[in-house]
Amino acid sequence: MSSGRDPGLQPERTRLAWRRTLLTVTVVTALAVRLASTGDPTGALIAGVIVLVWGALLVLCWPRGTGTGPARTGGRTLPLATVGTVALALLGVLLVIRGLW
Amino acid sequence: MWKTIRRWFDPAESGSVGERPDYRFSLANERTFLAWLRTGLALVGGGLAAAQFLPPLPMSHLREVIAVALLLLGAAVAIRAVDHWARTERAIRLGRELPASRFPAILALAVGAGAVLLVVAVLLRAIGGR
Repeated sequence: MSSGRDPGLQPERTRLAWRRTLLTVTVVTALAVRLASTGDPTGALIAGVIVLVWGALLVLCWPRGTGTGPARTGGRTLPLATVGTVALALLGVLLVIRGLW
Repeated sequence: MWKTIRRWFDPAESGSVGERPDYRFSLANERTFLAWLRTGLALVGGGLAAAQFLPPLPMSHLREVIAVALLLLGAAVAIRAVDHWARTERAIRLGRELPASRFPAILALAVGAGAVLLVVAVLLRAIGGR
């Protein structure tokens, strides 16, 4: 390994992994918004929070999936992406429990 | 507890732990984290889908129990993902053995047990005629 590009294309593979993850987040957001849409104000409020979480994850993770050259590694983006995922899960629990009454 | 959470956000403690590793190892560790995060997201998506696409089940609230179980499992997978990423990052920097984990085996057993339960439920329904 002298100079030039990494033959394993590690930065590119990592960028694509971030893009796949954002795509998955988007699908989960769509499912959650559909579950929240019951036509009442509380449902609309929860749907709004879900869309905000999605937007935050998009703004946060988008730079990791774009660009060329050496990729950034590590940093707060990873734990924050976890926080966003846990938030979506807990909002989902809230929606399911709310549906019981 | 606090120390663990701080290490999720800064596993290298701002570069004071060990040496900066070959970036390819860090990238591989990051991709492993992302694969686990997607696994967690898939479980969350499964829970959300169960809540809205399953028909009402014979046992009361069974659908909601399945949905909440999947959602919480997804959250647990996501938290474990970042914990394992941070511990692996430290191990790489310190030149130590990578952290061992039983979590994949436990998750596999849980998913397998869930699948067996569903097979039994489907068979019982088929035999019970309707």
